Amino acid sequence: MQILQQLINGLSLGSIYALLALGYTMVYGIIKLINFAHGDVYMLGAFWGYYMINTFHVGFWTALILSMIFCAIIGVIVEFLAYRPLRDSPRIVVLITAIGVSFLLENGMSYLFSSSPRDFPQAMVMHRYHLGSLSISNVQVLILVTSIVLMILLQLIIKRTRMGKAMRAVSVDPEAAQLIGINVDHTISFTFALGSALAGAAGVMIGLYYNSIDPLMGMTPGIKAFVAAVLGGIGLIPGAALGGFVIGLVETAVQAMGFSAFRDAAVYAILIVILIIRPAGILGKTTREKV
Amino acid sequence: MKKMKIATLAATAMMLAAVFTGCANKAGTSGNSASGDTITIGGNFELSGAAAAYGSAMQRGVKLAVTKINKDGGVKVGDKKMKLKLVTKDNKSDNASAASIATNLTTQTKASAVIGPITSGAGLAALPNMTKAKVPLITPGGTQDSLTLQKNGKVQPYMFRSCFEDSFQGKALAKYVYNTMKLKNVAILGDKSTDYAQGLIKAFKGEYKGKIVTTEYYQAGDKDFNTLLTKLKSKNYDAIFVPGYYSEAGLIIRQAREMGIDKPIVGADGFADPKLVSIAGKSNASNIYYTTHFDAKAPANNKVADYLKLYKDTYGDDAGTFDALSYDAVYMIKQAIETEKSTNSVKIAEGLAKLKNFQGVTGTITMDKYHNPQKPVIVTKLMDGTEAEATAVK
Repeated sequence: MQILQQLINGLSLGSIYALLALGYTMVYGIIKLINFAHGDVYMLGAFWGYYMINTFHVGFWTALILSMIFCAIIGVIVEFLAYRPLRDSPRIVVLITAIGVSFLLENGMSYLFSSSPRDFPQAMVMHRYHLGSLSISNVQVLILVTSIVLMILLQLIIKRTRMGKAMRAVSVDPEAAQLIGINVDHTISFTFALGSALAGAAGVMIGLYYNSIDPLMGMTPGIKAFVAAVLGGIGLIPGAALGGFVIGLVETAVQAMGFSAFRDAAVYAILIVILIIRPAGILGKTTREKV
Repeated sequence: MKKMKIATLAATAMMLAAVFTGCANKAGTSGNSASGDTITIGGNFELSGAAAAYGSAMQRGVKLAVTKINKDGGVKVGDKKMKLKLVTKDNKSDNASAASIATNLTTQTKASAVIGPITSGAGLAALPNMTKAKVPLITPGGTQDSLTLQKNGKVQPYMFRSCFEDSFQGKALAKYVYNTMKLKNVAILGDKSTDYAQGLIKAFKGEYKGKIVTTEYYQAGDKDFNTLLTKLKSKNYDAIFVPGYYSEAGLIIRQAREMGIDKPIVGADGFADPKLVSIAGKSNASNIYYTTHFDAKAPANNKVADYLKLYKDTYGDDAGTFDALSYDAVYMIKQAIETEKSTNSVKIAEGLAKLKNFQGVTGTITMDKYHNPQKPVIVTKLMDGTEAEATAVK
């Protein structure tokens, strides 16, 4: 029974990593950039949700949607100000800029709002459902279901809309895409908006779940989501989702087996092993479509 | 070419010699003394960053004490009354800045004594520069055992604290859990990433007479403890010991209570912050016990009532642990100056080491030979997010 309970814990943790990993993977797919500021967009989403609920007393769902919109805008602004001017620079330059943006957001927020953790307003009352000795809370269900719904929506946007088609085209060959009349800049902005909106949603849900947010909360989850994206196959949407869940489950399993001191080490060991054995990731090669 | 090299060598040698003589000269002078009618006290405070909550409490306590001492006439040095002047700097909860501020306060500001930093790590970083300048440092919150010790086990001549050390509170907690609460099985859920938690775990394990069922680890900054708590469910334990700080402990309490674990959760002074309750949620913060240095509900002497009132009148808020410890730190310096009849920093350090039966708001303090104050540990109990009772453990 305890294994099932740990499975639930692992899945709710994994779904957050998956949401974050999607943002990494989409941006990588389209401009080959590992956007290290992504974890901090997630932090901004949590803070925006915090202020919306505390100041304007909106409900949880409104806060979630407002945060997604806010983060989408932040993502577009970051891309416009920091990455677009470097479109033709070597990739390492953009990568270092991304780390710079990450530091700017973390320390800027620490400066403005202090780095001590604050308690997230309880916009939803926590209930526990018991099935035998299994117990699952409404917030855990909410995180899992919302994440899966958002992932399905994302897949629909990419597969069924014109913009999604443009994204796929740009990721395959930006110049050819431009030749056939696709606005590459708009498409890239749209990709950032989508990825950041997912991070914003994750931020608000984590705030509600753990009741504690701080300006550095994006650091570790951001890096773990990056590992998840690489594990699944960076650039691949289903890979990111899979990688996220795998990382969540591995973390839980390592702790459940009594190696709690080695939890993070296990995650990073996976990164090293996957880069040596299968650099393309679990789903790499088999599916070639990239977004 | 060869000549050039020799010339360079000679120049380097001369420069080195100059540097060394510089050092020698400096070592000859002994510490800082007050000039004029004011004694300067430095404040190396965590006013921003991760430990800002502790650092600003420290600043409030120190300011309060300095103002009060000056209002009461100042410090008596021999037959002269001198005022205190406080110079504070923000070390941003960063070890490197704590070290550079220590230099700045001792060489530029010429402080006779420095209070802060409040964390053990930053205190260790600041100490070499304090020792070089021969100026005593009092930390109100650096509880790490090794903080006042040199590598060879001798005492650090310029490091003092106004709080008790980790092993002291870890042992007191172990005694309290076994003797007073009568709990025989404890599960430990400890922070792997801080020396603070490691020290507590070691002291607790050494002293506790019952059984340690399991020891699990987490990292500072973790948010999810469901896995570890789920694991505990199958174990037979009477209480959970959480050596760590309030930001994670608050989450552990919350997630444990939501999971239906209602066993007592015990901790050390890292719990002593109102944020613990706000993160855990009021209704979850029940059956929580932690050791602390100061509690209004268990006053050490009649000075406490005055202090509480003074604090409330000045800041409009209730006094807490770290402001009280910092308040005591200033009075300890005053005591040392008055017994030594000198404002010289080396003399102050000697005076601090000799402190005996000093009446502070956090209890009657006698310095042991390792510069650790001997005083009662207080155990506070939380029910529904508010302090239900506090008892002193000798």
